[in-house]
Amino acid sequence: MKRRDFLKAAGAVSLAGCATGTPARARVVVIGGGFGGATAAKYIRRWDPSIDVVLVEREAGFVSCPISNLVLGGFASMDEISRGYDGLGRHGVQVVQDEVTAIDPAKKTVRLARGADISYERLIVSPGIDFNFGEVQGYEAAMRDGAVLHAWKAGAQTVALRQQLEQMPDGGVYVLSVPLAPYRCPPGPYERASMVAAYFKQAKPRSKVLVLDANPDVTSKGALFKRAWTDLYPGILEFRGNSRAVAVDGRSRTVKLELEDVKGDVINVVPPHRAGDIAAKSGLITTNNRWCDVDWLTMESKAVKGVHILGDATLSAPGMPKSGSMANNHAKIAAAAIVELLNGRAPQPVKIINTCYSFVSPKEGIRVSSVHEWDTTQGTLVPVKGSGGVSAARSEAEGTYAWNWARTIWADSLA
Amino acid sequence: MSRSIAIAAVLAAAAFPAHSQESARNLAAACAICHGTDGKAVTKDVIPLAGLPREHIATQMRAFRDGQRPATVMHQIAKGYTDAQIDAMAAWFSTQKR
Repeated sequence: MKRRDFLKAAGAVSLAGCATGTPARARVVVIGGGFGGATAAKYIRRWDPSIDVVLVEREAGFVSCPISNLVLGGFASMDEISRGYDGLGRHGVQVVQDEVTAIDPAKKTVRLARGADISYERLIVSPGIDFNFGEVQGYEAAMRDGAVLHAWKAGAQTVALRQQLEQMPDGGVYVLSVPLAPYRCPPGPYERASMVAAYFKQAKPRSKVLVLDANPDVTSKGALFKRAWTDLYPGILEFRGNSRAVAVDGRSRTVKLELEDVKGDVINVVPPHRAGDIAAKSGLITTNNRWCDVDWLTMESKAVKGVHILGDATLSAPGMPKSGSMANNHAKIAAAAIVELLNGRAPQPVKIINTCYSFVSPKEGIRVSSVHEWDTTQGTLVPVKGSGGVSAARSEAEGTYAWNWARTIWADSLA
Repeated sequence: MSRSIAIAAVLAAAAFPAHSQESARNLAAACAICHGTDGKAVTKDVIPLAGLPREHIATQMRAFRDGQRPATVMHQIAKGYTDAQIDAMAAWFSTQKR
């Protein structure tokens, strides 16, 4: 459907309010079509088809961060990690390609960059992350020149970074700078280092991967990653902890650490993150100027009533990573709670599962899993004692499961 | 929903009064990231849970949990669930259409 036709169809149910004499159906507006927002929109429609759901997303399609490191290594294509939003339409979700510029929690409306205001009974904000560029001096100027990339949101920067790696001469150095935790996808940087090292091993064996980590050590699946690096990429991949990037110089392709400067050929600095811009603009950030605290029974904001926040933007519960699996599960907590609340019932505690796969070679994967449940005493979700853990060893079986997880969660969220 | 499935659902709910249909559904929803929405598998490498016999799901989950059935991941996940929760999820998946 063309956007014009779609808006006509959407207009038929009166986005701006209730103009007809029929009883108004409850409307939930969802901001953001990632793992959190898309899943919430779909599951609310599935669990209570009497609720209208409008999802506002600024991009035309979904591009997955999980598996995008394989694109950087040349082991998967952008097409393979991209999905459309038409699947949500089949569940009766109205997908509007636009950008929310403001939230009015008193009037219960959101303002769009192009379309008319939309009113809501409940609002879901699943904005992902944006970056605190200011913490790395010179970053924005260097990024505008294409001299530094983060590629920590899958899309144009993923393509650009792959091009830079392809154009880099053999013997060059790829520098990956990792921010202090918490950040989106704890094992992501180490998977990325592995995928680039695998590419160099095949195509540019005199080249180096240098990981400059602001954290003292590998923050996730450390023993499994380090074992893979020793076995598979000796002389190619070097890891340095306690190496926080404080500035970049695009012209000389230099990352400045607190005590030394490091030059490279391809500079991939991932800046520190915070909750996405719309959360920051709307007073949803509660903690350290970065994250949004929520009630984990409902995902409702602790700052603004009637607004539920999902995914990487949340102030993580104890032991909970910022992951696609978690965002998808946050969405189900919110969907269940909102259906109960709109039907005048009390939300029930929900137990959720995290599973994060990482590739360490083009075919071999490793994994970390955890189960999280509501703890009345602590008033939050906590990992269930005795559950969860990591892979016994890297294996092709877990690599196969990694692809299965990706295809399945894309479908569970979007199809 | 066919009549027999409807009856199975009612029996399942009656057998596990601690878990309503909604709470069983909510518990089961967490499995969908690997097993597909409502346990309908998306890929051939993953076991479809939808429509499997209730006893089979519950027995396998306990075997994973108690270390009797080796696994890559399920032994670590299963340890996060009580017997009542396993039974509720097994009953719920058993009533889903394949």
